[in-house]
Amino acid sequence: MTIDEIKNGIVIDHITAGLGMKIYSLLELDKLECSVALIKNTPSRKMGKKDIIKIDADIVLNTDILGYIDPDVTVNIIKNSKTVEKKRIALPEKLTNVITCKNPRCITTTEQELPQIFKLTDKENRIYRCLYCESKAK
Amino acid sequence: MRSLIDIAELSLQEIDSLIATANDIIDNPKKYADKCRGKKLATLFFEPSTRTRLSFEAAMYELGGNVLGFSEAQSSSAAKGESIADTAKTVSCYADIIAMRHPKEGAPLVASMNASIPVINAGDGGHNHPTQTLADLLTIKREKGSFDNLTVGLCGDLKFGRTVHSLINALRRYKNVKFVLISPTELRIPEYIRESLKKDNFEVVETTDLEAAMSDLDILYMTRVQRERFFNEEEYLRLKDSYILTTEKLANAKQDLSILHPLPRVNEISVAIDNDPRACYFKQVLNGKYMRMALILMLLGVE
Repeated sequence: MTIDEIKNGIVIDHITAGLGMKIYSLLELDKLECSVALIKNTPSRKMGKKDIIKIDADIVLNTDILGYIDPDVTVNIIKNSKTVEKKRIALPEKLTNVITCKNPRCITTTEQELPQIFKLTDKENRIYRCLYCESKAK
Repeated sequence: MRSLIDIAELSLQEIDSLIATANDIIDNPKKYADKCRGKKLATLFFEPSTRTRLSFEAAMYELGGNVLGFSEAQSSSAAKGESIADTAKTVSCYADIIAMRHPKEGAPLVASMNASIPVINAGDGGHNHPTQTLADLLTIKREKGSFDNLTVGLCGDLKFGRTVHSLINALRRYKNVKFVLISPTELRIPEYIRESLKKDNFEVVETTDLEAAMSDLDILYMTRVQRERFFNEEEYLRLKDSYILTTEKLANAKQDLSILHPLPRVNEISVAIDNDPRACYFKQVLNGKYMRMALILMLLGVE
């Protein structure tokens, strides 16, 4: 499957197969005016199969969302059709307005203008907890 | 400026210093009678409370300060839909320190993020209740002399019991503390606390049998099954009488056991036990006032 190469933009590579669409919608890529390609289940030597997203514009990515959904992705920055930077995404220490607290007793359920903030409390098991009530992110 | 939302925010040295101040207040109350002259404590209680609110008010009065506030959400602007942030900013204009109780978890944290004066969490839903823990710690220290090497039984509603969660968080920082968690399966300790105790290699026993666990305990912390934490009345009625401490159940208990309860009690400790020298729950109430006095002094930076 061939997708035109991009001149200036971003390639999100090594996405765990099946997570591409989730990342696409959480990053709100549908709102971009430029060309965006989501490639699903493409063969990968390292991963067996993977998803890839190509964005034909130099946008600012919310790396917190990427790190939370799939911390093993690689972000390639493309300038003049060449990869000028390869970034590994770390698990973010804090997530703001990426996920919502499901605890019915949490203050965020009644004060809906509050930012939804989660903190990484267990890196090994990738556990995030609500800043306000400490409930585990689901 | 400093607030107290979670007991874990206090270092062991700070807890020692609060205990030392509280002990000094007990021995020399007159020395402290004017320490907060001209200062005001705002008690913002969005949920009913007798003990905690009166304890804070008595603490401030005994320091020579004044108190203003409300004791239910209906008599505050929250009933009109005012946010916690706006309430905190407003009250910051009137008072020097806030004590807040709220049924929603995290509300005092939100207040502290918006207030320009110290905020004390006086209980938020089933989450935390750090000043009750300070009362518990002073009681344990006065009864046992140390926090190390204790076997602590916590009994009753361990799921929604915020006093239990705060006490575990405080005691886990001392040496060789063992926890015996006694509850019906429906009211077991939240998974995040179990998970973190196990991760830190604590000796934790979970059981439904109070009598079988009794002989090992140095401290027995009883709690009430709280009606207000249940969405379902039937579930509450089914569980409310799960554990009732009677003189018979104390048959195998150690002679120097200390029985604590954050109160109010409904029926979970038989009144016959009140005269047992091991019953410490009314001392605990008094200790709570002294620790709140020590905390107010600390947060207001009064020497």
